[in-house]
Amino acid sequence: MSVNKEFVKFDKVDKSYDGKVLVVKDLQLDIAEGEFITMLGPSGSGKTTCLMMLAGFETPTNGEIYLDGNAISSIPPHKRGIGMVFQNYALFPHMTVYENLAFPLRVRKIPKDEADKKIDKALSMVSLQGFASRMPGQLSGGQQQRVAVARSLVFDPQLVLMDEPLGALDKNLRESMQYEIKHIHESIGVTVVYVTHDQSEALTMSNRIAVFNDGKVQQLSSPDELYEKPVNSFVAEFIGENNTFNGEVSDISGGKCKVKLSNAEIIANPISVKSKGDKTKVSLRPERALINPKDKMDNIHNGKIEEVIYHGDHTRVRINLLGNPEFILKVPNSSANLDIKLGNEIKIGWNSQDARALDPK
Amino acid sequence: MSSETKQILTTDGIPLEVSLKKAEKKNKIKAFLLVAPLLFFLIITYVFPIGDMLFRSVDDKMVTQMLPKTFKAMESWDGQELPEEEVFAAFHEDFIKLVEDKREGKLSTQLNYTKNGFKSIIKKLRRASKKFEEGNYKEQIMSVHKRWADVEYWRAIQRRAPEFTGQKYLKGMDMYVNEEGKIVSVEEDRRIHRVLWLRTLEIAFFVTVFCFLMAYPIAHLLATLPMKYSNLLMICVLLPFWTSLLVRTASWMILLQQQGIVNDFFVGIGLVADDNRPEMMYNKTGSYVAMTQILLPFMVLPLYSVMKTISPSLMRAGKSLGGTPFVAFWKVYFPLTIPGIGAGCLLVFILAIGYYITPALVGGASGTLISNQIAFHMKSTLDWSFASAMGLMLLSGVLVIYWLYNKIVGIDNIKLG
Repeated sequence: MSVNKEFVKFDKVDKSYDGKVLVVKDLQLDIAEGEFITMLGPSGSGKTTCLMMLAGFETPTNGEIYLDGNAISSIPPHKRGIGMVFQNYALFPHMTVYENLAFPLRVRKIPKDEADKKIDKALSMVSLQGFASRMPGQLSGGQQQRVAVARSLVFDPQLVLMDEPLGALDKNLRESMQYEIKHIHESIGVTVVYVTHDQSEALTMSNRIAVFNDGKVQQLSSPDELYEKPVNSFVAEFIGENNTFNGEVSDISGGKCKVKLSNAEIIANPISVKSKGDKTKVSLRPERALINPKDKMDNIHNGKIEEVIYHGDHTRVRINLLGNPEFILKVPNSSANLDIKLGNEIKIGWNSQDARALDPK
Repeated sequence: MSSETKQILTTDGIPLEVSLKKAEKKNKIKAFLLVAPLLFFLIITYVFPIGDMLFRSVDDKMVTQMLPKTFKAMESWDGQELPEEEVFAAFHEDFIKLVEDKREGKLSTQLNYTKNGFKSIIKKLRRASKKFEEGNYKEQIMSVHKRWADVEYWRAIQRRAPEFTGQKYLKGMDMYVNEEGKIVSVEEDRRIHRVLWLRTLEIAFFVTVFCFLMAYPIAHLLATLPMKYSNLLMICVLLPFWTSLLVRTASWMILLQQQGIVNDFFVGIGLVADDNRPEMMYNKTGSYVAMTQILLPFMVLPLYSVMKTISPSLMRAGKSLGGTPFVAFWKVYFPLTIPGIGAGCLLVFILAIGYYITPALVGGASGTLISNQIAFHMKSTLDWSFASAMGLMLLSGVLVIYWLYNKIVGIDNIKLG
């Protein structure tokens, strides 16, 4: 059976609220059936607007959205059959958990015994059996969130939208809910479009991530690719930690380039630079740089330790390196690294392959 | 485990409870002093007047004090035949004293409330009593007027003996105690109060309904519009609050009168003929229109404050789960506004039931309420005890409504702001 690669399709979608500023610009996005796709971006980047257009609460200013091949712009929200989980849960406070879950089934005129079966199933999916008669106000934040998830799935929608559903939970609960939602997705195979501004949430849960900024998708790829191979400096800086060097390409050949900094020269991997003289920002993940490298690495430089911050499982070391006083290293906590002391001069090395020369923005 | 709990001491060896009380005493005194002015204010302006009103409405000491000896002598009278000589003698003694103090006029007014016909015979008795000889007062008094020989009139005097009476309340319900001591209704053509009570309830009910119908959309708009517009709309809602009640009522008079702007407009668009302008004032219509407009903010504000707290995502959730906009409204939004509806309706109904100025000015004969009748007795007939009795009946009516509301909806479910 072939999977519909274009289960949801944004086709040249523009959105403006005031006729002056485009919140979403020329959005082109295909979502495959059964996929867990996350829209990630800072606030105001247009990700929530995209979700609202998909849900039907906003209409595209231009372009069309297709769901399973049908244009849906003119279909009102209640006829789209899309499940949705809201940021603040949006449980109906005057109804019990059971009534909340029964709401979508009642409006669909599903017979009571069948509805009860579906509600039982949905509640057991989020491990909340026995809570059916509680009011939402009597539940903890995490339980309310599970009810909201169960409610969005109880009528078997093909597509579920989640708008920062874990934003209001504390860190531990958020992490366990991430796995729970991920497992539910895997077990029932529903297509999920998830909006968040939390990159670790996006990296943990998604099949693919669309990074939004300035109304545009900056990069759409799998979590590992997004982290390892960011295509521009926005993505590199938005996802994970990042050390940067601003400079100018002085030589480019054989899949490598030399970048001239203010007082030194480093070798980097040319991603978005084309020719000699281009301005560039070189991006390097902290864990890709090593102290006192034993392997032969093509970048080895000396730096001075400015700050050492203890983080339990690892130590963050801030180093003044090649004129960048904000160069961060993550050193795993082991007794081997005894010479990490404030003020020490140390040798730092990395492979040019990991130093990605991106756009200078 | 021992049944006695060990007394816990502070580090200084004082029992903890004592120490805590001592420490909190100061704060308690401070707190009391802070609320004391308000407490005294409430006692003086609220508890005391209502207590006084309750007392006045049942107080009937005046006659009791004017005829002390008479009532004492009447204690042994069974009320069947004419009383004995000693009652007449005591009455004569009381009466002479009243004439000396020039208070016999008050007595005649009071006795006339109980039974018509006392005014003239007391006047006659005063004139005749100057020539009375000592002894055999029964004969002498009976000879003044034939009514003095009628046992009915003596029974009427006896009915005024108790210091307290509920007859004002009966009067408020168009009832009285007849000669046999039974509670009966007055003749049909003299029943004015029952009609007024019913009309008051009717007008208050419909004004509440109209206010609700008009306020619900306004409050919803206020709660959902962007700040910039909702502030403006809020000012429009509150503007009437900042205008004198009298001025607003007067402007309705200008609008609603037969040669008024509304009628002119109706004639102008050909809705009514010029010689057949409808009367929209000095009747119920006037009361409805003006009271609805004036009481509208009291409905809008509680509704608004409740609607403001309802997250818009609830309606969205209702729609995304498959509910049509109407279902989402009816099953999700509306139930959540019930606390505001309850508060607004209760507020408007209670205010409307005691409304005075507006119905007095635009209500005319068919649009006046019970409070206008109360005012009439306060100002014109000076029967304060009757006015007090009706005021208390109104108050207890409001309390009954409050109690009913609590039974049906629950008072915890109310939200005023």
